[in-house]
Amino acid sequence: MSDAVANLTNDTFDSVVLKSQGLVMVDFWATWCGPCKIVAPVVEELAKEYAGRVTFGKVNTDENPDLASRYNIRGIPTLIFFKEGKVLDQVVGAVPKAQLKSKLDSHLG
Amino acid sequence: MHDVIIIGGGPAGLTAGLYSSRGKLKSLLIEQGLIGGLVTTTEWVENYPGFEEGILGSELARKMEKQATRFGLEIINGSVTGVSIDGKTKRVVVDGDRQYDTRALILATGAHPRKLKIPGEDEFRGKGVSYCATCDGAFFKGENIAVVGGGDSAVQEGIFLTKFAKQVYIIHRRDKLRAEKILQERAFANRQIEFVWDTVSEKITGDDKGVTAIQLRNSKDDRRSVLDVQGVFIYVGYNPNTEFLAGLANLDTDNYIVTDSNMSTSAPGVFAAGDVRSKPSKQIATAVGDAATAAIAAEKYIEENF
Repeated sequence: MSDAVANLTNDTFDSVVLKSQGLVMVDFWATWCGPCKIVAPVVEELAKEYAGRVTFGKVNTDENPDLASRYNIRGIPTLIFFKEGKVLDQVVGAVPKAQLKSKLDSHLG
Repeated sequence: MHDVIIIGGGPAGLTAGLYSSRGKLKSLLIEQGLIGGLVTTTEWVENYPGFEEGILGSELARKMEKQATRFGLEIINGSVTGVSIDGKTKRVVVDGDRQYDTRALILATGAHPRKLKIPGEDEFRGKGVSYCATCDGAFFKGENIAVVGGGDSAVQEGIFLTKFAKQVYIIHRRDKLRAEKILQERAFANRQIEFVWDTVSEKITGDDKGVTAIQLRNSKDDRRSVLDVQGVFIYVGYNPNTEFLAGLANLDTDNYIVTDSNMSTSAPGVFAAGDVRSKPSKQIATAVGDAATAAIAAEKYIEENF
């Protein structure tokens, strides 16, 4: 488990994600989800590459159903991009790393 | 130079890797996503011999991977972006820049779920539209779900979804199912499943929270109707993963790879196994059979040509 991607819960989500001024990418996942296992290491890599510029977090949807329903999660993995507490964009499913990089780059603007 | 490169890490690819590496051939398997492939998207596998109580799809994939790597199979993660043949050497390009050469090549790239191609399908992907019940079913507790299709996957996943959903509607364009009889019997006996026959799906609608309904048309009398559902799970068949081949081997009219009974393709030293191959059945048991045949034929090809 890497520190680069913070494990977020109902208690910590708001302070880490919503109060953050910069760009935040959150990976909604669960242990039983195969495609989530593809995305998780990619998110870890991105967290290292974008360290200091983007905050990364992950939410286990089984342990935090309130957060999953707050963001209307209907499939995982779902990656949501936040800025200043607002949802900018989201990606569902295991997508290539290059696609996530271009999203991050465009949101960093 | 490798002896055997296998593209695809589902049951066919892992079995080919098991045979090749156990046969002391220098073997490399390339997988772009998750080892196990489509098997990992099914909850229970009941028709693969040797597991009398059935086995979880993800567990079967894990066992196959461990068995193959035990004999030295090397597995890497990456997307094959090109395949070419230079004399007898086959060259595989991964992610556009990494290059691997091999004596024999086994294509086990499988197939991916086909889309319905109706309005709303892409818009609500991940917002109620799904192609993987085991991945997404849990987000529909107490809600209504439409499953589109009439084959094994549609019926099996429809039954699975009743664990979460209040009501599952299986929408099928014909008046009878293609699914196995045992699955049909279970579905007909399940009170949470209602069949909607002779019906085509026309549009998926919703709001900013996700899917709210699916619009249907009866193909016999053209009567239109709307079902209030929060989820739409689509199981209308598969398309083969053969785009990257770019004419390397002959394909059938549906773009599946044509082989002979040794799993040889039209390109010498290139073999195909599993769901990507042109054949009537797409089963784990037939995929691993293909792969064993392909690996043995590949070994023979190497002996005779190098």
